[in-house]
Amino acid sequence: MSSNVKRKPRIGVFKFASCDGCQLSLLDAEDELLAVAGAVEIAYFPEASRAISKGAYDIGLVEGSITTHQDAQRIQEVRRQCKTLITIGACATAGGIQALRNWKDVDEFMRIVYATPQFISTLKLSTPIAEHVPVDFELRGCPINKHQLLELIAATLAGRKPNIPSYSVCIECKRKGNVCIAVARGVPCLGPVTQAGCGALCPSYDRGCYGCYGPMESPNTSSMTSQFRILGQADSQIGRAFRNFNAWAWQFRKASEECERT
Amino acid sequence: MTGHTTKTIRVDTLTRVEGEGSLYIKLVGERVADVKLKIYEPPRFFEAFLRGRHFSEAPDITARICGICPIAYQMSAVHALEKALGIQISPAVRLLRRLFYCGEWIESHTLHVYMLHAPDFLGYPDVIAMAKDHRALVEKALRLKKIGNRIVQLLGGREIHPISAAVGGFYKVPTKQQLRGLVDDLKWALEVSLETVRWTANLEFPNFEQDYEFVALRHSEEYPFNEGRLVSNRGLDIDTAEYEDHFVELHVKYSNALHSVVRGRGSFLVGPLARFNLNFDKLPETARQVAIDVGMRPPVKNVFRSIVVRAIELVFACAEALRVIGEYEPPATPRVEIKNRVGVGQAITEAPRGILYHRYALDEKGMILTAKIVPPTSQNQKRIEDDLREYAAQLVAWPMEEATWKCEQAIRSYDPCISCATHFLKLSVDREEIRV
Repeated sequence: MSSNVKRKPRIGVFKFASCDGCQLSLLDAEDELLAVAGAVEIAYFPEASRAISKGAYDIGLVEGSITTHQDAQRIQEVRRQCKTLITIGACATAGGIQALRNWKDVDEFMRIVYATPQFISTLKLSTPIAEHVPVDFELRGCPINKHQLLELIAATLAGRKPNIPSYSVCIECKRKGNVCIAVARGVPCLGPVTQAGCGALCPSYDRGCYGCYGPMESPNTSSMTSQFRILGQADSQIGRAFRNFNAWAWQFRKASEECERT
Repeated sequence: MTGHTTKTIRVDTLTRVEGEGSLYIKLVGERVADVKLKIYEPPRFFEAFLRGRHFSEAPDITARICGICPIAYQMSAVHALEKALGIQISPAVRLLRRLFYCGEWIESHTLHVYMLHAPDFLGYPDVIAMAKDHRALVEKALRLKKIGNRIVQLLGGREIHPISAAVGGFYKVPTKQQLRGLVDDLKWALEVSLETVRWTANLEFPNFEQDYEFVALRHSEEYPFNEGRLVSNRGLDIDTAEYEDHFVELHVKYSNALHSVVRGRGSFLVGPLARFNLNFDKLPETARQVAIDVGMRPPVKNVFRSIVVRAIELVFACAEALRVIGEYEPPATPRVEIKNRVGVGQAITEAPRGILYHRYALDEKGMILTAKIVPPTSQNQKRIEDDLREYAAQLVAWPMEEATWKCEQAIRSYDPCISCATHFLKLSVDREEIRV
């Protein structure tokens, strides 16, 4: 092979504790999948391929949170092998729904689920990747938006900043011309404190945003809490609203803990 | 609540359905001494943290168990909770849920048939490599998959973790016109599904028939999705509420997933093969006819042929989607009003990979007291090990590399959620020479 033929960038997809949905987004990009596969070498993607080639990788896409000792070590190795490390989704970026254990006694959780808890090895906390290694970009969402993922891969390969806004869901709602369900119908909606990216899906389907893209850049969560109270929500309900797929993201975490204290 | 039999079998369990596992087979001379299918995907404790959440949150939370079949989780959750709350859904909502499931089956089965399973039969490591030689085939598959996803997107907002399913109905229902917009694509999809049946039927299958206990839902009128009695070819015929009286889960040391067995009998098989064998007479004429044309009549006992059965179910799902769209009239309200109340409810629906059981107990405020979820992959897990024990014995003389691939292919026949289904093995085969 001649040396002036440019090597294709190598991509690795790594899974930790997760539902597989974010990496499935890549296979769900039906119109783009073959083009992506032509432009890069998908070097490590166990969900899709039996062929596994060793690092290093130009881009590592990491799905899932860290919940076991082995995974805490494995992420160090993954980081060493990846030039650019991108976390995809709420688990990798905020600890995921499994971070609900972080407020509970994990031994008790284990007894609820498993007959012989001593067979199971797990950490007390479910934590995002960035608590363990430096992360170059965190892509939000439960699940991520496949178009944002493709934009992010393209931007990384081109060495430019990705066009991924950090404003709130409200902006997307306004752009779509939705009537505000919180104002017009009094439906509790986390849109004002949640990062855009989904296309304001829930309000477009007549329900309040439940925050699956995590906190926007500068969320005013205490004002959000007051607004929910005005709409008749009890603090226990408000606390639960903040405590789901991005519960361990610090802004939502703070908001839910404040509701518990009142 | 289940009785007090023993601690080992009375488990509120949730185990990794998809995710990561490895296989260990030990051969002693010609004999298979040990088979361990180990699922080391870390536990996430869904059943534990569902406690104390309001019932209305369960469809969104349980969807996150699996990114590949979130609708299955949403459907089992809403039906179990509707039973606990004593509410009836409208006929229009019932139809829409069938359509929703058609979308997931089309998406999931196409993914498995073409992108995960076919590369085994054609000798490629993955669909990308396969596309280099079979571009037109893969492009067709991607379009078929996308049509399934379009249904899910229209009803649920997005393909993965859709947001519209609710206890009592949907947050928003589509108009007739929106559904009619799917018809041309679905007619194309039906034709391609029929081609898929003929194509898969011509693949080469190992000679491997087993005496399975097949377990699936059975409904008096329809091929099963959301309703029916739970039946088997060995005389099981129960209400879904009796599931826990007949099936038990065992926690084995080497796995984070639990093994499910029929009480007093042993392993069983759920999924496409079980549904087909127990509900052949309920398939629409197009699906039944193409099955007969390619020589597929129940009972099909070769699990490798499940790829053909998935293709037949693709035909069913496309035909059923077209039927639903033809009959659909939007409901007066998208969902029923619900009052909190104390109750217990169970439901089983047919996920692409087989039956998915949910049970919830609620308090007077509608808060979840306990939840139990038994996913299809943990029900098949013991059966997969039993198959491998038989199958590995046939492979003793094979070169290691090929034997490994064959075992992987056997496991993939079950479509255990996606990441299991692919890099599975790290197969380590221990060979001990017998010393004379």
